[in-house]
Amino acid sequence: MKKTVFFGALTAAGLAAGMASAATLDDVKARGSLNCGVTTGLVGFAAPNAEGEWEGFDVGVCRAVAAAIFGDPTAVEFVPTTGQTRFTALASGEIDLLARNTTWTMSRDVDLKFEFVGVNYYDGQGFLVPKALGVTSATELDGATVCIQTGTTTELNLADYFRVNGITYEPVPIETNAEGQQQYLAGACDVYTTDASGLAATRATFENPNDHVLLPEIISKEPLGPLVRHGDNEWADIARWTLNALITAEELGVTSENIEELAATPGNNPEVNRLLGTEGELGAMLGLEADWAKNAIMAGGNYGELFEDNIGENTAIALARGLNAQWTDNGLIYSPPFR
Amino acid sequence: MSTLTDPPKPGFRLSQLIYDTRYRSITIQVIALVLIVGAFWWLGNNTVNNLNALGKDFDFGFLNSAAGYDINQRLIEYDNQMSHGRAALVGILNTLLVAFMGCVSALIIGVFVGVLRLSKNWVVSKLMAVYVEGFRNVPLLIWILLIGAVMSESMPQPREFRGEDATQSMYFSDNVAVTNRGIWIPRLGFANSISGEDAVAPIDGATPVAAGGADWLLILGTLALSLIAMRYVRNRADKVQQSTGDRPTIWYQQLAILVIPVGVVLIALGATIVSPYLKGFNFTEGTHLRNSLIALWVALSLYTGAFIAEIVRAGILAVSKGQSEAAAALGIQPSRTMKLVILPQAMRVIIPPLISQFLNLTKNSSLAIAVGYMDVRATLGGITINQTGRELEGMLLMGAFYLALSLLISGGMNYYNRSTQLAER
Ligand SMILES: N[C@@H](CCC(=O)N[C@@H](CS)C(=O)NCC(=O)O)C(=O)O
Repeated sequence: MKKTVFFGALTAAGLAAGMASAATLDDVKARGSLNCGVTTGLVGFAAPNAEGEWEGFDVGVCRAVAAAIFGDPTAVEFVPTTGQTRFTALASGEIDLLARNTTWTMSRDVDLKFEFVGVNYYDGQGFLVPKALGVTSATELDGATVCIQTGTTTELNLADYFRVNGITYEPVPIETNAEGQQQYLAGACDVYTTDASGLAATRATFENPNDHVLLPEIISKEPLGPLVRHGDNEWADIARWTLNALITAEELGVTSENIEELAATPGNNPEVNRLLGTEGELGAMLGLEADWAKNAIMAGGNYGELFEDNIGENTAIALARGLNAQWTDNGLIYSPPFR
Repeated sequence: MSTLTDPPKPGFRLSQLIYDTRYRSITIQVIALVLIVGAFWWLGNNTVNNLNALGKDFDFGFLNSAAGYDINQRLIEYDNQMSHGRAALVGILNTLLVAFMGCVSALIIGVFVGVLRLSKNWVVSKLMAVYVEGFRNVPLLIWILLIGAVMSESMPQPREFRGEDATQSMYFSDNVAVTNRGIWIPRLGFANSISGEDAVAPIDGATPVAAGGADWLLILGTLALSLIAMRYVRNRADKVQQSTGDRPTIWYQQLAILVIPVGVVLIALGATIVSPYLKGFNFTEGTHLRNSLIALWVALSLYTGAFIAEIVRAGILAVSKGQSEAAAALGIQPSRTMKLVILPQAMRVIIPPLISQFLNLTKNSSLAIAVGYMDVRATLGGITINQTGRELEGMLLMGAFYLALSLLISGGMNYYNRSTQLAER
């Protein structure tokens, strides 16, 4: 009896001992795959397809980072996380990178000790209501029942918005987007609120998407981006510059179609050459191969291709580039230069 | 040359630590102690190192900062500008509420079903067996999800109650509304409330009413005094019965003691029944029993009730048959035999396992997460941890709360247990 207790304690201690190591890259290389935290399922951003393979806009970031490290976009272990579990998963070292529609806020960056490596989608919080409700503005929602995912910024924005406007609401806390969708469609809540992109993605999976409207109000800024733990700058650099490589590739016209050719026969655009590793030492600076960025771009295409394939106007989700156009097209997507 | 040798000197050899029974147990204990202390030291050290590596400290200050989130079910005043500590308290009260409601109804269900399962009526006893096996053998989580889904998927939306061509109507002459967002039932309002809260008209043109803690304290206090008085009357009747053999009829006295004082208090407070009615998106007024509360409460009660039924049945079967035969021989009716002879003895067997069922129910209430019931796991252990990044502190506090609550319940029940045990001389 005493022995069992003792061994139990030892096992517990062993399990608790996942040391948050400083050298994430070494750990990832030793493991042979990247542990990437994603949503539990939000079509277009991260969801398993019919074959059980994860795909989506956020998944694309995970795959690009894995490709940059291993040259293999499939060397990723996807870990589904909820709004509440994602930060614990990252802080405890269960995942190396979190790409889950996560808003960059000051307290998450500073107090929760995370490092946002950039923004891959500029978003804002919206409200989805059934057309039958006849509501045309969020200010008419006094007394409404609102489905809200717990552990999110949107939960806090919602509280602020109603307080500032002097109206009341009844929150129905939900854990995952799937649960929110079910409650909303059953009419257990009048309104579903989250990031507008998430609402568009959710609505796209409805049987009758046209019976539902997004209200005109966008009540917050939600810059969504991938993040890593504080304290390992080398690892953060890899994630940051992989995202930047995807963005720069779009800006420079490097696509999954022409990338092989551009890498095989370097042209005379020096930044393209540096990006693709045919010139300079940028890969080595990150501790990666010279063709790291080429592999990352080939994983799912450049930023624009990822956008169009997963959430763009030709998909069911049909999001316009809007704020997420390149800076050269009056958008906010902008990467520092590769030199 | 002598053939005699001295007996070997009892010198101490290291191997004795293992092979000598005098030392072996000490050796094992010392080794175990060292290993356990080592393991704890390692755990603690590991925690400190990891916190350092993450750049985090150990600090409960977050409990004082503004929570920022709203909670739908609040037993005390709360808004999103209040502190995380306050939010945790709201969650704690919600946990206590559902645990208390669950324990009471599980006990009632359990006693009924346990007794009925022993019924001589084949249909009744088989029905009870089906209930017990059905609920005991399906995981609690599934029952919670199922009841939650039934509530939200198959009940009507509030707006179906609206207008001339409403497809739904309220029950009990417009007093109870069953919707997919929960059930609204009437509540009491007090026109002469002593709580000091502002009286508001529940609906245009109605008398303004308020309801606060002080009102309820007065009512419950009166009830408690009535119960004490009733006990006194009963004891006196017992005495009369013992000395004269005749039991005075006291039921009308009892009834009067129970009803009149509370009635007077209610009238003095100006109590009125406030019914729910549809306003805007939802029903308003009355008391709102949310889906999450109903699903969790019903599932916990039915699930634990099935276990309690088995405990009750076992307790009854443990009382020897001779007892009921003796009671029958004395001419005591079967129902009184159960109440006066069997159950008091069965209690001794029933109470100890009952304690664990109550503890189970209380801890199982943290499955609230499945239906979004805002218990302490959802507030302190969920949103607060998530917004502040204080996993270790939050989890420790939550663990301490559940530990304290469990100790309290088992302490209370053990006290009761001792009072029902056979007083041996
Ligand atoms: N951007 C917000 C909200 C993120 C969020 O939870 N979004 C939802 C809907 S857009 C989601 O991704 N759900 C997927 C899931 O439930 O796993 C935050 O970072 O707190």
